Amino acid sequence: MSKELEYLSRRVAAGKLSRRDFLGRAAALGITAPFANTLLSTAASAQEPVKGGILKAGIQGGEATNSLDPATFLSQVPFNFGKCWGEYLVALAEDGLENRLAEEYGASDDAKVWTFKIRQDVEFHNGKTVTAEDVVATLERHSNEDSKSGALGIMRGIEGLKADGRDVVITLKEPNADLPYLLADYHLIIQPDGGKDNPAAGISAGPYKVAVDEPGVRHVGERFANFWQADQMGHADQVEIIVINDATARVSALQGGQVHMINRVEPKIVDLVKRVPNVEIKTLSGPGHYVFIMHCNTAPFDNNDLRMALKLAMNRQEMVDKILRGYGTAGNDFPINASYPLFADDIEQRTFDPDKAKFHFQKSGHDGPVLLRTSDVAFPGAVDAAQLYQQSCAQAGITIEIKREPGDGYWSEVWNKQPFSTSYWGGRPTQDQMYSTAYLSTADWNDTRFFNERFDKLLLEARAELDQTKRKELYREMALIVRDEGGLICPMFNQYIDAVSDKVAGYGGGVNHELMDGYALAKCWLTA
Amino acid sequence: MSSPILKLIAQRIALGVLLLFAVSVLIFTGTQILPGDVAQSILGQSATPEALANLRKELGLNEPAVVRYFSWLGGVMTGDLGTALTSRQEITTTLMPRLWNTLFLAFWAAVVSVPLAILLGLLAVRYRNGPIDKSISGFALASTSLPEFFIGYLLIYFFAVKLQWFPSISTVYDGMPFLDKLRAIVLPATALVLVVLAHMMRMTRAAILNVMQSAYIETAELKGLSALDIIRRHAFPNAIAPIVNVVMLNLAFLVVGVVVIEVIFVYPGMGQYLVDHVSKRDVPVVQAVGLIFATVYISLNIVADIAAIVANPRLRHPK
Repeated sequence: MSKELEYLSRRVAAGKLSRRDFLGRAAALGITAPFANTLLSTAASAQEPVKGGILKAGIQGGEATNSLDPATFLSQVPFNFGKCWGEYLVALAEDGLENRLAEEYGASDDAKVWTFKIRQDVEFHNGKTVTAEDVVATLERHSNEDSKSGALGIMRGIEGLKADGRDVVITLKEPNADLPYLLADYHLIIQPDGGKDNPAAGISAGPYKVAVDEPGVRHVGERFANFWQADQMGHADQVEIIVINDATARVSALQGGQVHMINRVEPKIVDLVKRVPNVEIKTLSGPGHYVFIMHCNTAPFDNNDLRMALKLAMNRQEMVDKILRGYGTAGNDFPINASYPLFADDIEQRTFDPDKAKFHFQKSGHDGPVLLRTSDVAFPGAVDAAQLYQQSCAQAGITIEIKREPGDGYWSEVWNKQPFSTSYWGGRPTQDQMYSTAYLSTADWNDTRFFNERFDKLLLEARAELDQTKRKELYREMALIVRDEGGLICPMFNQYIDAVSDKVAGYGGGVNHELMDGYALAKCWLTA
Repeated sequence: MSSPILKLIAQRIALGVLLLFAVSVLIFTGTQILPGDVAQSILGQSATPEALANLRKELGLNEPAVVRYFSWLGGVMTGDLGTALTSRQEITTTLMPRLWNTLFLAFWAAVVSVPLAILLGLLAVRYRNGPIDKSISGFALASTSLPEFFIGYLLIYFFAVKLQWFPSISTVYDGMPFLDKLRAIVLPATALVLVVLAHMMRMTRAAILNVMQSAYIETAELKGLSALDIIRRHAFPNAIAPIVNVVMLNLAFLVVGVVVIEVIFVYPGMGQYLVDHVSKRDVPVVQAVGLIFATVYISLNIVADIAAIVANPRLRHPK
């Protein structure tokens, strides 16, 4: 069967192409109608979820120090396992948000009071029914100032929480049109009584129950018989995550058939993995990006001409080609790309311009070398990227001095401390969240030391704005401010690269994060 | 013979305990000078100042180092290794299965490598400078010259990916059938055998050859004993001390030096456990693991010393 037909028949099965159109296209390709129908039914049966089996994933990013307490989730393995056993209020979907435990939600006109109606008759793994009180308790636990939850930053805008029958009413200090997106944060697994008694019990309402939890080694989930959405998730009898932090070991485990899917295929070996039979590479363009950050308030980076010179001296395409091997897109010096719903795609792409860079560099009055700190932990290939940058800067007459820092302590001693360094951002579901995390003057992680009143004002205005067209315009203006005045050099947005065995069906539809936003184990099934 | 030997052995053990104390001080000081702090590392890039302050307070990082050292030592003496800072679990309960796994792997690697190395060493001496000696030495030197990770990857490539005889990842867990466990560790154990074989085998060969140059060997030869008999009855017993020494050194390596192999084969042993906790600055765990490694190392060395004393009457009567 030709690739095209195969693709088309899968589109029909997925409901993205009509049967009639398919038959027309098949006829155009010289296929008879009976044969085309057979193709179609094969594709359709391949799309039908199959129950049973043990679905296994080899995942990078798990340590012996992991815990089941969702508040402490930080790396990939807890993130992915959390999606197997945890249930959320809402989840990110391709076209916005999908309701999970929330049956519906709405905001007051000023976007200050939000009401979430909780789905009825959903059961926790311990048999208790999910109630609005449990949701409130969960949000309370994560928004408590004494909490060390990874979601604390985004929960701080909450002023009041209360349960009212089936409703959860959230009152905010400031209006926020994006609140539902914040609640899709992966830390906010709804637990009985908010997990206040035993946060690491691993009990929620997801498709799998925690059966084995050996941090840093493996995690096993067993299908939860009373899962509320059994027709859509939880197809395998068991799911297993094996922690494989070594890149080569991950690929060979997939090749040897010990796991069915892996995350983080290194760009430099993707082409080799593509040649492996029975394995498919899946890429996803998310909001994650690799950055060079300058502190706008520290000499010599407190001079916008110097910052502009350093931005113009970045050869973005070369970075994408050589560091990401093409698995990514060029950045434009603001932290937003097309993966965000309200992205302004009409902002001119900044390109490598050594002459203009030289001009701005001379205008800045700075001479002598510029010190850049980097380390392999900043992002994969960060040291190589720094050296490429050094060369492109040399063409503009700017000398970059590279200081290679130890990976140990890089996040505590260098990033957010030193005035010019390399780093990465995983991105956030909404522009508001990305900007308020790192570009608002008062942001916890304002790692470019960017203080701009106009920007702050626009951010708050956009946050309260429910009219999407107006919001988009506000975000466009903010992007321009960051791009032209900020301390961020954003050469590239990286793609997530997963590899999946052909025994797995149902893969696809993830936004924002690798392995279908962590839902691959919960949503895929084994065909053989 | 009893009393002088017992006295010597007691002395060695006392010295070992003293050494352990010194090591405990070193480990403690070492963990204090790591860059960054635990709270920062636990929370990573997403640490907010509030979360940091809360965690620091909770972890008791504000107490002076000396106080923390003695409370730690007191705990260790009573068998309490403390609580992991990151996961809040008892270190003893999480560490014991890992230690057990490491010992399991080391045991099988030793069961294969020690007799094999000694046998090959003996063979090499018996046929010294001939083709057998040369090929044994050549193979051993080649396998020891390759870095561990390379040997590991080669084994994975041929036996896991191409032939699919053995799994490439050696995750073992509680309740796994014994034979499955053995099958799971075939590749890492083989890699370890290849890594330690050459050292032990070369040392055996050298020690016996050394003895072979003594006058009493010449006497034995003149007596008309066969080459194998000479090696078995006269040379080997006199070469035991250096052989035991190098065997113990390699056994210690099998326990404390297998981090790379454990990472490549995804084996849930002490090495991986230590690496995870070092990168998170989980000091109590790092200290506990360090101390266990030191204990293993020191005890194996004591065993080697005692074996040498028993094997060599001259050492029993120091001048």
